Parts: sequence; structure tokens; C-alpha cells
Amino acid sequence: MALIDDRCIDEAPLRMSEATPGDYIALLKPRVMSLVVFTAVVGLVAAPGTMNPLLALIAILAIAIGAGASGALNMWYDADIDKVMSRTAKRPVPAGRVTPGEALGFGLVLSVLSVMTLGVLVNWLSASLLAFTIFFYAVIYTMWLKRWTPQNIVIGGAAGSFPPMIGWAAATGNISLESVILFLIIFLWTPPHFWALALFKSGDYERAGIPMMPNVAGPASTRRQIFAYALLLAPVGVAPWLLGYTTLFYGVISLVLGAGFVWYSWKVLGMSDDDKTMVPAKKLFGFSLVYLFVIFAAYMGDRLVAWLGGMGA
Amino acid sequence: MDKLETVDLTEQQKKARRLRSVAIGLALVALVIIFYVATLAKFGPAVLNRPM
Repeated sequence: MALIDDRCIDEAPLRMSEATPGDYIALLKPRVMSLVVFTAVVGLVAAPGTMNPLLALIAILAIAIGAGASGALNMWYDADIDKVMSRTAKRPVPAGRVTPGEALGFGLVLSVLSVMTLGVLVNWLSASLLAFTIFFYAVIYTMWLKRWTPQNIVIGGAAGSFPPMIGWAAATGNISLESVILFLIIFLWTPPHFWALALFKSGDYERAGIPMMPNVAGPASTRRQIFAYALLLAPVGVAPWLLGYTTLFYGVISLVLGAGFVWYSWKVLGMSDDDKTMVPAKKLFGFSLVYLFVIFAAYMGDRLVAWLGGMGA
Repeated sequence: MDKLETVDLTEQQKKARRLRSVAIGLALVALVIIFYVATLAKFGPAVLNRPM
């Protein structure tokens, strides 16, 4: 009797959730998801052969949900640093509308669901790639690289580069050099894109203790590395035409875009250390989004026209 | 007999719960449709070919 009475059970205060479906959609990072969907669609459409359109739609949906799941896992793990960055403080977990446990459960359930759906209904190669992408983003990037090395987004960028390859694998059941080039375009695009952002948001990352390149190696080194990646990205962007996978239409567009990227990066390289407004970095960040969208749209358009032409012949 | 101690939800909590319930319901309906359509798309008429 006394034994029981003396025990004090510390119950956690009862918490009734006020989270709306919108909060759970926010956990999926819809803007990142839209880029994933777009690049996966390009990989799927550009791949040779035809695919049942309904299964293609389901494949894209599964890839989108998988990408969203990795976003939820990222928000579960990063709630502490999201809280101190202006860009991320209003996310559902740091704002207290969704508990970290709920975000973790949501992310895990969607991960399993998306991978199994893709595997059972499409093929297991694409499902394996999706599973690896979720693992890479949530564990390798979020839990390990992000807080440890300024190369975080260089290596972690691989996670964002996989979607066109997954789309390609969903359509063909294999991986080809063309899909590897699509992977490389996003992989080489990621560092200058994020470092341009990190240059004018370096205060945010510093407060959160994230070792982004401008905080660790300094703005001057970051600007040089942005330029170096732009020099690598431009020829890789043109490679599909050089290797004969596309027509001159894509070749010209990718050349112009590549030259634009190098030009904006050159402007960033010429920025001075005491530049507070950082207009060139903001312009490069904006252009990088245009670059990726247009180069992938051109690639898909080029392949679609070739495919339709082949049907008419 | 004492009245059971229950939790009284605020209006906001009730509204959020209702919205979550609707969203879960819609997601389940979507899943049913997806797997139904996918089964037909993947197997076609062969889905009916089975030993009786």
C-alpha cells in the first residue's frame, strides 16, 4: 500500500494536437517535392520505350511521396536547428504544431509505403533507388554530413540528384549513361545553388551552428568554389547533345544556359568581402533555379519531339 | 457513480481533428483507387485468369 502511495508518476501533460492536414503537407516540403517530381518526370519521359501511363503516374506519385517522407524525417531530426533559422523557424515541428515523434512516424510510414508501392507496382530497381535516396537524405545528409562538414551539400546533393535516375529506372528497369548525366547535372548544380544562398544567409547558418562553406572556408573561398562548379556544370549540361542523345535544339539551349551560369558565377567571384547587399549572389541563386528548370524542360521537350517524330515516320 | 473524467477539446482542436480525419479518409480512398487501377493496368484482363 505504502509502496504504491509513495510513488509519484510523472505523467507527461496531456497534449491535444492542433495540427491540420496543411501542417503534415508542410512536413513533405512541397517546394522541394515539386522539383523532385519535375526531374523524375523528365527522367521517366525521356527514357526509351513506352510505359503504361497509369503506372507512370503511380511511379511519379510514389517518388513524390518518398521525397516528402525524407523531408519529414529531415524536419524531425533538424527541429533544433530549424528553430533558430529565420527561413525554417515557422516549420510545423519547431513551431510546436507537430511533435517530433509525429513527424518521425509520418516520415517512416510514408517511406515504407512509397518504396513498397514502387516496388510492387513498377519495378524493384527504381524502388531500391528510392529507398537509397531516402536513406541518403535522412541519414547520410541530415544526421551525419549536415552538422559535420562544409562539404555537406556537395555529398548530400546526391540525394536530390537521384529522382531523374529513379524515373528512368521506373520506365526502363535499368540505369544508362543518359540517366547518369541527368544525375550529374543536378549534382554539380547543387553546390553553387546552395552556396549562393549560404553567402547571403550565412548569419542564419552560423547561428544554427551549421558548417556551411562561407562560415568555414570564408566567403572568398566559397566564391571561387562556386565559379569552379559552374565551369564543371556548363559542359556537363551540354553533354547530352555532344554525346548525340539530343538534337541541336537542346544543344543550343544548354549552351546558352551554361554560359549564363558561368557569367553569373563570374559576377559572384568578383564580389568584394564587404558587399552587404550581395546582389550577384542573389541573382545567381535566382538564375540557378531557372537553369535547372529550363535545361530539364528542354531535355524533355527534345526527347518528346523526337519520340512523336518517330511515331509519325 | 462519479462522472468520468474526460478531456474537453477546444474548438480549434476539434476543427483540426475533423480536418485530419477527413484527410486520412481521403488518403485511404485514394490508396484504394490507386491499387485498384494499378492492378487493372498491370495485369489487364489476365487478372481474371485463375484456376477455378
